[in-house]
Amino acid sequence: MTDMNPGFFGRIGIAFGAFFGILGNAAFAGRVQRLREAPEAPDFATEAPRPAAAPVQPVQPVQPAPSVLKEASPIAALQLLGLLQRDARFIDFVEEDIAKYSDADIGAAARLVHDGCRAVLREHFSIKPVRTEAEGSRITLQEGFDAAAVRLTGNVVGKPPFNGSISHRGWKVEDTRLPKLAPSHDASIVAPAEVEL
Amino acid sequence: MSDINSNENRARYSIGVDLGTTHCALSYVDMSASDGEKTVQGVLPVAQLTAPGAAEERELLPSFLYLPHENELAPGDLTLPWTQERKFIVGELARSRGAGTPIRLVSSAKSWLCHPGVDRRAAILPSDAPEEVERVSPLESSVRYLTHLREAWNHAHPDAPFDQQDVTVTIPASFDPAARELTAEAAAAAGYTRMTLLEEPQAALYSWIQKSSGGWRKQVKVSDVILVVDVGGGTTDLSLIAVVEREGNLELHRVAVGEHILLGGDNMDLALAHTVARKLAASGTQPDPWQLRALTYACRSAKEALLSDPSVDTVPLVVPSRGSKLIGGSLRTELTRAELTQILLEGFFPQVDAAARSVSRARVGLTQLGLPYAQDAAVTRHLAAFLGRQVNALAEVEGLQHQAPQGATLLHPTAVLFNGGVFKSPLLVERVMSTLNAWLAAESAPAARLLEGADLDLAVARGAAYYGYVRHGKGVRIRGGTARAYYVAVESAMPAVPGLEPPVQALCVAPFGMEEGTDAALPAQEFGLVVGEPVHFRFFGSSVRRQDQVGTLLDYWQPDELQELEEIEASLPPEGRTPGEVVPVKLHARVTEAGTLELEAIPRGSSERWKVEFDVRGGVSADQGMGL
Repeated sequence: MTDMNPGFFGRIGIAFGAFFGILGNAAFAGRVQRLREAPEAPDFATEAPRPAAAPVQPVQPVQPAPSVLKEASPIAALQLLGLLQRDARFIDFVEEDIAKYSDADIGAAARLVHDGCRAVLREHFSIKPVRTEAEGSRITLQEGFDAAAVRLTGNVVGKPPFNGSISHRGWKVEDTRLPKLAPSHDASIVAPAEVEL
Repeated sequence: MSDINSNENRARYSIGVDLGTTHCALSYVDMSASDGEKTVQGVLPVAQLTAPGAAEERELLPSFLYLPHENELAPGDLTLPWTQERKFIVGELARSRGAGTPIRLVSSAKSWLCHPGVDRRAAILPSDAPEEVERVSPLESSVRYLTHLREAWNHAHPDAPFDQQDVTVTIPASFDPAARELTAEAAAAAGYTRMTLLEEPQAALYSWIQKSSGGWRKQVKVSDVILVVDVGGGTTDLSLIAVVEREGNLELHRVAVGEHILLGGDNMDLALAHTVARKLAASGTQPDPWQLRALTYACRSAKEALLSDPSVDTVPLVVPSRGSKLIGGSLRTELTRAELTQILLEGFFPQVDAAARSVSRARVGLTQLGLPYAQDAAVTRHLAAFLGRQVNALAEVEGLQHQAPQGATLLHPTAVLFNGGVFKSPLLVERVMSTLNAWLAAESAPAARLLEGADLDLAVARGAAYYGYVRHGKGVRIRGGTARAYYVAVESAMPAVPGLEPPVQALCVAPFGMEEGTDAALPAQEFGLVVGEPVHFRFFGSSVRRQDQVGTLLDYWQPDELQELEEIEASLPPEGRTPGEVVPVKLHARVTEAGTLELEAIPRGSSERWKVEFDVRGGVSADQGMGL
């Protein structure tokens, strides 16, 4: 059996959602009706072949609009990776197959990685919580709050002010102090090979 | 020149430079924005290489110099924000790079600079470098650190050139005249044109005064005697500063400084690492030199954790393997509180008796290879010896109502100021305080109190910058002048006895307490100098003989009263004289505005003055050092 079909509690949720959806939304009720009447509703339990796509009008090729998304510079990312490797042996740790080691061995290495990662973060960033209130406390978000800094979850309906409780305080980087690089520096070497003479 | 004092040429900033054994720092006071005890002060983030091709700003510049191999780094890897021309590395990268290649690393240059057994102008460092590594002199490495700081300042403050600011460079109070002069010479060579020297314990006290913004007057009172205990990365420096009243104002008077003790926080980390390494060896793992260095580093953090939190009993230590296998190859061990107590508290700060004396140093051999580290690691024993030697130091201080208690065997400080990162630990502070107070209680003296609120890492640089500011008459100054009297040896006029060295007398040429910019009197005694030939004099300093005046001739002294310093050398160039002619000269001492002692030979009936050199360990010892 595939686990894509919902379990019992999931089904309760769907049932309630469907019940109120059908009562309040005529279009939704119509779609449920067509679903119930359809003889071959797609069933995830069976490996049914994908229904062939309905024939559609060939779309005129459109000149793609110039993307407004910008490419992130890999230099800073490589720099950070280099710092994490240098001070925390980060790449060594993640690249190592940890399956064969005991938790105690991994724990010992994790201490080193943790110490180093912390040192890198503290040295190169000023990180503060987004919300200073304790997690679990209730807050009110006024109209015009910064949606990038606060993510709403759960029962997201209505208009601000929103009342809710903080499940995570969030983190923001107030200052970044990455090393300045010489123009000739190859940032892709995040850890040089070491050869002892 | 009247425009020297005009506004254009007046320094805007007073810059303080802490030229430390393990770290340098630069702090500054904006004098135009400061008023009275309200000062505008900052610490320069010093741009330095932290990885090949990567420069960062850090508050501290590690005092390390790395001399890379020509193929070791890619072109452009040594680029600093202001230059691409450097062929050597100073600062953080030098330290980390040198951990892997110690033969190219110069460290503790400051300790070499005050090492009388070597020629400090000779290229002798790194001392264990193979032939092909181009060495540098202790003087030159100091020049490079100071130059780096000047360039970093100029890059950050293009509108206020370094050479137009007032600069104060700090030195240990225990530096002898030769080491002071070499430091001043290094500063001059590094382009420090307006430079003054200041003793580090004084700088620490200035910083404490400045931080209190006027509150210090409530924390100390007349007749207080402040003991400054400064344990840096490489040296331990002790000073006594009395609070006196003069014309109704509180004044500070530095009354005594300790001997030069090469013992610091680095020795403590190393001691811990060796203990842990022995423990590892006992369980069958022998750490290689690379792992031992990593272990030293891990021990430092573990020490800080144990010292700052008394509830922690053990700190795990993990030394990663060198290869990319992190988990499989790591060494694991731990540092326990019992070990820390045993090594640090009992080894370096034992609770000793007031009569304890540091184990006396054996006579230094002629061919000393390494640095003359203190043979006795116990800071508390050095402290007991210092207070015992200075028991009568307060007798002569003007404006101090001090009655030396009958039968006292040590000087009784009433307050203690700590300096140096080691004392971030409340346990070590507590140990020194309780040891000192036990000595005081044994002599029925009141307990000394702790002066709180010192900035342990940056106090010296900050205090130096503040000192440059108060020199303009903007706040309280610590007075005291030179902390030693100086003597040259004169052979007694007595018949030669075969097999016996003729006894010497010591002639005082510079009295105790000479202030900057003052001249000593001209002694009546004359010496014969042979024209064209350097003449050597044995030279002595005393940190206890406060009453001797210029011309005082000592026939006899206690062994610990006078310390023999390096020989000094006077020579008369043959200009206008016949080589070989003997010319009578007098020796005249003065203390320059910069704070260095100068001795001059003045020929009879002439206005010529010839400088007497303090640092004369020329070719001979350099050759010995190089050949070994």
